[in-house]
Formats: sequence, structure tokens, C-alpha cells
Amino acid sequence: MSAGWSWYVILLVVSNIIGCTALLWWTSKKAKGNEGTSHIWDGDITEYDKPLPRWWINLFYITIVFSIAYMFWYGGFGSYNGFSSWTSQSEHATQKAAGDARLAEAFRPYDGKPIDELARDAQAVALGRSIFTNQCATCHGSAGQGAIGYPNLTDTVWHWGGTPADILQTVLHGRNAVMPSWSEALTAMGGANAVEDVTTYVLWMTDPSLAATNGDAIARGRGLYANVCAACHGADGKGMTALGAPDLTDDYWLYGRSRAAIREGIERGRNGSMPAQEGLLGETRSRLAAAYVWTLSQQ
Amino acid sequence: MTAASAEFYNDKVVRQFTIMTVVWGVIGMAVGVLIAAQLYWPSLNFDVPWLSYGRLRPLHTNGVIFAFGVCGMFATSLYVVQRTCHVRLISDKLAAFVFWGWQVVLVAAVISLPMGFTQAKEYAELEWPIDLLITAVWVSYAVLFFGTIAKRRVQHIYVANWFFGAYIIGTGMLHVVNSIAIPAGFMKSYPVYSGAVDAMVQWWYGHNAVAMVLTVGFLAMMYYFVPKQAGRPIYSYRLSIVHFWALIAVYMWAGPHHLHYTALPDWVQSVGMVFSLILLAPSWGGAMNGVMTLSGVWHKLRTDPILKFLIVSLSFYMMSTFEGPMMSIKTVNSLSHYTDWTIGHVHAGALGWVAMITIGSIYSLLPRLLGLNQMYSVKWIDTHFWLHTLGVVLYIAAMWIAGVMQGLMWRATNADGTLTYSFVESLSATYPYYLVRFGGGVVILGGMCLMAVNMIKTFQMAKSTAPQPVLTPDPAQARA
Repeated sequence: MSAGWSWYVILLVVSNIIGCTALLWWTSKKAKGNEGTSHIWDGDITEYDKPLPRWWINLFYITIVFSIAYMFWYGGFGSYNGFSSWTSQSEHATQKAAGDARLAEAFRPYDGKPIDELARDAQAVALGRSIFTNQCATCHGSAGQGAIGYPNLTDTVWHWGGTPADILQTVLHGRNAVMPSWSEALTAMGGANAVEDVTTYVLWMTDPSLAATNGDAIARGRGLYANVCAACHGADGKGMTALGAPDLTDDYWLYGRSRAAIREGIERGRNGSMPAQEGLLGETRSRLAAAYVWTLSQQ
Repeated sequence: MTAASAEFYNDKVVRQFTIMTVVWGVIGMAVGVLIAAQLYWPSLNFDVPWLSYGRLRPLHTNGVIFAFGVCGMFATSLYVVQRTCHVRLISDKLAAFVFWGWQVVLVAAVISLPMGFTQAKEYAELEWPIDLLITAVWVSYAVLFFGTIAKRRVQHIYVANWFFGAYIIGTGMLHVVNSIAIPAGFMKSYPVYSGAVDAMVQWWYGHNAVAMVLTVGFLAMMYYFVPKQAGRPIYSYRLSIVHFWALIAVYMWAGPHHLHYTALPDWVQSVGMVFSLILLAPSWGGAMNGVMTLSGVWHKLRTDPILKFLIVSLSFYMMSTFEGPMMSIKTVNSLSHYTDWTIGHVHAGALGWVAMITIGSIYSLLPRLLGLNQMYSVKWIDTHFWLHTLGVVLYIAAMWIAGVMQGLMWRATNADGTLTYSFVESLSATYPYYLVRFGGGVVILGGMCLMAVNMIKTFQMAKSTAPQPVLTPDPAQARA
């Protein structure tokens, strides 16, 4: 703020406060008297001119005195900082440093400890849960139950592997799952119905009853699957955790189990992104969160 | 009509606005009840975009403030200015334009807000074509009001008219400054301000909508209908002077308390906080002037439910103008901000103060307007009073408890420094209070519906709505 603006602000603030004080002083000093003002409106509306109550005058003065003192101490007169040199940034920095120090103290005992050991320590799991509910629950749900597009963490299905080391890797460094769009490639190979056929074949993996009515489509889909999908999802559909390619035979569907949802995944592809947490949480807190997540699937 | 009609008050526009006050009150509050229900039963939006909470919430706020509240202000200000100036409104055509223009604005809001057209500025959501119409209506209203004041046949301008005047000037200025925007097509615009300046302008407007509309405007209503209904003189002329000028001067500074602990510079936050504290005494000054006007006739509260509405509204006014300065203190604000406590505070003011003073004033105004002694049913007024009071208490108590609980849960940390609760845990803890709040809203809406029936019956009872002759001023007061 330039000096000119600063003085402009000071002038406005000061003159407003002085104006209120002068108005109050003037009206409270006026000669006492209970008689009316002799004004009459609309036949019967009249006015007394009773003196201002003492307690009310004092209340008004107290708020004015407090306000002046507050601005001298904390600032408020333009760019003038106030005797205390207080700023909201410095208050925040002090409080954050104190909080960080306390947290560092709380987390230090868990530095570098193996996940399975942390998972047996009730206090560590409680810390992990607290981190999870504040950091991870936004996508994965408050109980880790997941949502469409966000994996359920409480079951035994793990697209990127469910060992403690795998989970820690996921939390620390994130994951990017890419299912490309296959509509062009499949249509070129198998004609207009190719996407539909592959969808039917994939559905058949968990629902063999489809064979009775969709035998031809399944047969066509099987061939296309072997050429296109098996590279990542495996010839048997069991998936590949190294790539995050889901197991198609376990009847867990990250983007929904309907034919339309599966078809959409094949036709248009999917992009799943788990952000890396190391920079946000640090190593130890990521480790505690990973330990908590691991316990969810061990019950 | 010509010279002869100048001998009568223009009560047609007052009647029109009175009817629409009650109609919009029922509509605005019904939308409020629906969105309160949506917070408890989220599926009540039926997956229909224009029934979604985000679109209906501004419809509710616009509906109760600018439709219910401001129609009530139009009705009472145009009634009071004629009675206390002892003169007819300067122009019947202008009065008709103000009425119909304002109804067009409100209908445009009811259509455009659910369709998703919004400037995304709280309480100033309406897009630029509607903003322009608002400005035209408001300027016409100012001409009508101040023109009538200028033509008055008494020397002194009654205190209610100071407040009406400040409300008209203040609201016009706030609306124009905050709504300056560059149109980017029909029903789309971008504000000329950006960043922290935009936020500051918005809350300068937002808080002064509370000041210039919901406080100053309704104090004007109080200054006519409390002495009229009580049959007592206003308590203190000098108190009205000091609290009027202090309110006008100080309220304009209070906006920054909506932006504590944000990117707004520290000095602005400090100034906003201290001026909010200085506001306490001037606010209470107005309430005292109303309440003390009843000294000597307290017994009337036993028999006159209209006075009950007026006096209880002043009690809620005192309560929320104490609560407001307290919440503007940064330390308190760090707990209350972003919680439902704010919602409770707003409704203590809006349902307790604004709605009750309006309802009481309308009950007092309507029979006088129609040449009757009282409403169709005084008993129903009493029932309405208790329904409304019960509803308000349920509403604000639920939101206070919920708000303080949310604030405490959000800031709770374990001994080791980690957060105790996740956000969703505070949300699920709030659920029961949302149900209580919904219940309070239903009771209040029930009372408004009773008022609507009472109003219809009263109109049916009035045999004629013959024009009322302009009262000749007391010779000692007359203006040459």
C-alpha cells in the first residue's frame, strides 16, 4: 500500500471513529427532559426525547476505546503495523511450526518400521486411520469401501498387488493405470460388432451361463481377446499386477459391473490415477497409512 | 385522475405489495423447507438439475430477502411515507411501474436461478439483464419516495422515513457497485473485479445487504408500526438520531469480517472486526427505542398478538446484533466460520427479526388499509405467533449446536497432534440437527400459510376498498 493510500485509510478510519464519538458525546450532553418533541405525524404518532441510558452510553464508549487499542496493538491504521508487529502470516507460521514439531515427535518412533510390524501396533494403526480419514477418504471412502473409479481397499482384490511392500509403493509413489481405447483396433480386426463381442466374452468369464445363448459372440470375442487384450490381462484373464491390469475373472469391477460400463472401458479406455503421497505426507506417515490400509484387507 | 384524487392516499400499490409479500413469503420459505429436507434426504433432488440444492439455495435466499422482505418494505414504505408526510404519492404511474417491474424481476429470478444462470455472487446471483431492470425499478422507487418526501405537508421528516431513505440510497449504491460486470452474451457476464478485491466488494455488498436492507429497512418498519400499534410515543428522539447516524456510518465497514483468515490484508480484517464491535451499541439503540416505546402499555402484550410479533422481533434483533459482533471477533470466528453456526445466526436475524417484524407490520397494516378494525381472525394471529416462535427456536438452536459441534470437531486434535475427526464424521454427527431444522422450517411455513388464509378472509370481509382521504396535518406541524 502506497503512503497516499495508507493516509487515506487512516483519515477515513479516524474520522469515522471521531465522528461517532462526537455524535455520542453531543447527544448524551443534551439538556435532560422527558417532555416530547411536540412533533405529531399521522394523527397520533408522537415522540419523547428521553435521555440516553447511562449503561448504553458506556457500552458505546467501551467498544470505541477497545477498538482504538486493538488497532494500535494489531494494526488497522493503514500500513502501520501495530505495536505487537502481529501478522496473520507470522501467527500461522508459528502455529504450523509448533504443530509440525509435535507431529514429528509423534511419528518418529515409526520411522522405517516394516509395515507388518506397524500393523500389529494398535497405536500405529490408530495413527494410520487418522491419516487415512483425512487424506485418503475423499476418494476411497471413510471406511475404505471405495466408489466407482476408486478401488475398494477392504477386499482381497489388488490391481497393483496387495503385499505390504506393494501398498507402500502405491501410497508413496502413486499409480497410473492406463487402459487404451480399443474401438478402432477391434473394429478393424473384427468388424462393427467387435467391441460387443469382446464385451460378451469378458462377461462370460464370470458368467458361464452366457454360453448357452451367446456362443457365437463368445467365440468371436475369444479370438479378438487373444490378439488384443491378453497381452496385459493374460490369456486366462487373470490380469497382471505389474501393469495394474485388473483380473477379469474375480467379478470385481472398478468402473461398475454392467455390460454398458465394461463396454465403455473397452471402447473408450480408462485412466486411473492414484497421486503420489510422499511429497504430501512424508515417508513415515505414508508408511502408517499403508499399514492401516493393509489391515483393512487382513480381517 | 386529477386534482380530486390528490386528496386520497394511493393505497392500491400498497395493497398489491402487501398481497405479494405474503405470497412470496410462502414461496420463499417453501423452497427453504425443500432444501432443508434435501440436506437430510439428499435424493429429494430426484436427479433433476433444476431441483438441485446448488440452484435452489439462491432461489430461497433471493425469495425470502428480495421477494418476501423487500415486497414488505415496498408495501410499508409506500404506506408510511404517505401517512407521515400527509400527502399522496407523487405519481401513480411510477408506483405501478415499481410494482410490476419488481414482480418481473422476481419472476425472472424464479425462472433463471433453477436454470443455472448465476453470477456466482452470494445474494447477487441474478444475471446482468435482470440487474439492469432492478436498477431501473430502484431508481423509480427512489424518485417516488423522495419526491413524496419533498412534497410533504409537515415540517419534520418522521424517523421511519430517515431509515427508509437510507435503505433506498444504500441498497441502490450497493447493488450497482457490486454488480458491475462485462456481459459475455445474454445471461452471462464477468465481474470487473478480481481476486481479493472481488471478494472484498462482494462482502462489502453482502454484509451491507444485511445492513441497508435487513436492518435499516426493517427498523423503518418498526419505527412506524410499534408506536402505532402500541399507541405510545417513540421513547427517545435523540436516541434515534445517534443510533441512525452511527448505524449508517459504521455498518459500511463491517464486511471484512466475512473474510477473516483469508487473503484479505490483515489491516482490512482488523478494521472490519473493530467496526463490527462498535456496531453493537448503535444496533441495540434501535431495539431499545422500540422496546421502551412499550413502557406503560406492557399489559397490551397479553391481548394483542401483533404487538407480540413486534416485540419478540426486537428481542431477536438484539440477540443477533449481539451475536454478530461476537462472531466477528477473530478468535470466535476461527471456530464459527464455515459452520452451521453462521446459518443459525443468519436465521435468528432473518426469521426472528426480519420475518417477525414484517409479519407483525402486515397484520397491523392490512386492516387499516382496508378500513377494518382488525384481521379476520386475531386468534389465528396468535397461533401464527406461537408457530413462528417455536419454529425459529427449533431452527436456531439446532444450527447453533450443530455449528459449535462442527467447529470443535474440525479443530479437535489428538495428543500427538493428528486430527481426531474426518470431515465426514462431522457431517454424520450433524444429521440429527438437520432433521430438527427441517421440522422448525415446516412449522414456520405452516404459520405463513395460516397468514395467507387469514389475509384472504380479511380481503373477503372488507366490503369496499374505498380510497382513504389524506389526513390534514396538525396546524402546528404544517409546512407552508
